[in-house]
Amino acid sequence: MENIIEIKNVNKSYGDKPVVKNLSLNIKKGEFVTLLGPSGCGKTTTLRMIAGFEQPTSGHIYFNGKDITELPPHKRNLNTVFQKYALFPHLTVFGNIAFGLKLKLIPDGEPKPNKKGELVQKMRKYTKAEITDKVNSALKMVDLEDYGHRQVSSLSGGQQQRVAIARALVNEPEVLLLDEPLGALDLKMRKDMQIELMQMHKKLGITFVYVTHDQEEALTMSDKIVVMKDGVIQQIGTAQKIYDEPANAFVADFIGESNILSGTMVADCCVNISGHKYECVDKGFKRNEPVDVIIRPEDIKIVDVDDKNCLTEAEVLTCVFKGDHYQVTALTFGDERNEIIIHDNVEVKVGDKIGLYIKPFDFHIMHKARLINKVEGEMYDKGIVEFCNGRFECVSDLDEGTPVTVSIDFDDVELTDDEEDGVIGATIISAIYKGSYWQYIVRTEDYYDFFVDNDYEWSIGDRVGIKIAPDKLILEVRNESQE
Amino acid sequence: MKAKSKFRFTRKALAYPYMLFLLIFVVVPLVIILINAFLTDDNSFTLNNFVEFFSDNGGGLTVLGNSLLIGVVTTVICLAIGYPVAYFLAKYHASNKVLVLFFIMPMWVNFLMRTLSTKAIFLALDVELGMGTVLFGMVYNYLPYMILPLHTTLVSIDHSFIEASEDLGADKFTVMTKTIIPLSLPGIMSGITMTFIPAISTFAISEVLSSSKIFLFGDAINMHFSKTTNSFGVGSVMSLVMLVLVIVCNVITNMTSKDEGVKSAL
Repeated sequence: MENIIEIKNVNKSYGDKPVVKNLSLNIKKGEFVTLLGPSGCGKTTTLRMIAGFEQPTSGHIYFNGKDITELPPHKRNLNTVFQKYALFPHLTVFGNIAFGLKLKLIPDGEPKPNKKGELVQKMRKYTKAEITDKVNSALKMVDLEDYGHRQVSSLSGGQQQRVAIARALVNEPEVLLLDEPLGALDLKMRKDMQIELMQMHKKLGITFVYVTHDQEEALTMSDKIVVMKDGVIQQIGTAQKIYDEPANAFVADFIGESNILSGTMVADCCVNISGHKYECVDKGFKRNEPVDVIIRPEDIKIVDVDDKNCLTEAEVLTCVFKGDHYQVTALTFGDERNEIIIHDNVEVKVGDKIGLYIKPFDFHIMHKARLINKVEGEMYDKGIVEFCNGRFECVSDLDEGTPVTVSIDFDDVELTDDEEDGVIGATIISAIYKGSYWQYIVRTEDYYDFFVDNDYEWSIGDRVGIKIAPDKLILEVRNESQE
Repeated sequence: MKAKSKFRFTRKALAYPYMLFLLIFVVVPLVIILINAFLTDDNSFTLNNFVEFFSDNGGGLTVLGNSLLIGVVTTVICLAIGYPVAYFLAKYHASNKVLVLFFIMPMWVNFLMRTLSTKAIFLALDVELGMGTVLFGMVYNYLPYMILPLHTTLVSIDHSFIEASEDLGADKFTVMTKTIIPLSLPGIMSGITMTFIPAISTFAISEVLSSSKIFLFGDAINMHFSKTTNSFGVGSVMSLVMLVLVIVCNVITNMTSKDEGVKSAL
């Protein structure tokens, strides 16, 4: 299949704030592609750049091989279903759907040669009867046959949604863009619309590009899912691939529930988690490389402690009935006690000792995104280093103005509740529970992201202060000529 | 606890002072005007006041015609200038609230002062006072009343409507004619009402800016109530005519805005 949309190295920033970073993506003809990610990940901006409402700061977008980066939206053969529908309140349902048709020019007859002998295609507008026909069949497609005369404000949310879809599809676009179209609907309605949208996609055979933050919606509907975070694509793949083989800890955490633990690769196919060695199927890691280990809750089986399959033991903390399974949280034994979530069909009692069994290929081993925080700074004075617009005390007698690289371990970065208590302020942009501690990503004012391991709980968006003990700052003189 | 008095302080009670004010300063004067219209100078019943006004001996109808014409022209010019200004202000609203202030600022100065200074400027520039200067003064005075409601409506138009319009194939001009103008219709209607009604009843502007050459309906009413002429009866009739005109204007505005609803509902 050929690509209908190609996005090549697109960057977008508002002021000095990057929203989409070097994004490249191909969308095939007829595909149902979902851009998935938490709010602020750049998915909507990407969609708006495809639609033409935003211009990329750099990079190009191709449509059927033609560069459309600079093309205004009204000249693009695609239509959008807006988040809040954006139905025109001054027009009826009929008027809304007919809006695009009334503006469209279509070829009139065969191209004829003009005086100079060039072939000229005469264009005409749709006739009234043609428009009525098309609008009526569009209304029929969304099951609103008798609603043409109604005011849009008299319709329910679900009906307005259908009108918005009909208004876009009646123009027969090659690509339909949908910007969180089901966000405003209640759960039941959302489920119904998901199925209807899938059916429409199958029937029409056109390309759908869908934006959502709802991972379940994405998994249900898409041929291809593009997981985004912070303006960067994390993984592209089918629903199954993304669920079964998440590319990194973020994807695993965002898609479905997972246990994310820290471990080290002892050898090929052998991972050490908190002093226990487990068999896995991953190879090619460096010896003793620290890794993230991801295990889906439903991949962990509860067995007897003395069962021969038992890999490790754990103590039950909670056991909750969830309809089709029990959700068990348990604390493992070992150097570090990890809290893990298990979905299984057996009921266990709080305080029980249980055995756990995990198949080797259900351990998903991933390189850690970063092993140490490295940031460039400069000596402000003897014993004071400046980086990220903050002055930190350090143990060093380097001269003022010396450029340095500062390395700080994840667990050496201290976070303070009160921004004022830290040397610099920062915002928590990611929080992932790793069994026995939280791993945060905190962003400073100048967009440096610190990775922080911490026992306390903050939520995403919280403002915190950053403090680092002087002896935990590892300074290295940076040779500027190398850069 | 038993309620000793029947009066209970409800939310309604908060409106009583203003209702009293309305009664004394609006309803009562209107009744007096109505009575006056049927009285001769020596307080006996007559219909002569109406005859005098409508028979056109005193040129009452001509003055009324002039006023309406100037009102219409003023409103049209205000709309023509005001819409682009309001659109521009709304478009750059977020970055430039000072600009809006800049256009409202003339309203802070008393209108008589404004008009007198305008006259002084015209005289200094040797411009002959007449129809042109009166229209200038009217537009200058009533433009903010056109811009404000337009600006309010235009600012409140959700940007996604404009994007939806572009998405469906509308170029910049079509977005303007098919989406922005229809969506700002309520603002246009209230802008017209807020300009036209005071414009037809204005008096001092025409007097000052034409050196009393142009005589409008407001001036006529003013004259009839002044001590020298002392023809309260005809003045009252004219006031009633004015009142009817204002009511008619409001009814028409309401009907057209309702009509819009009906039209698009059909």
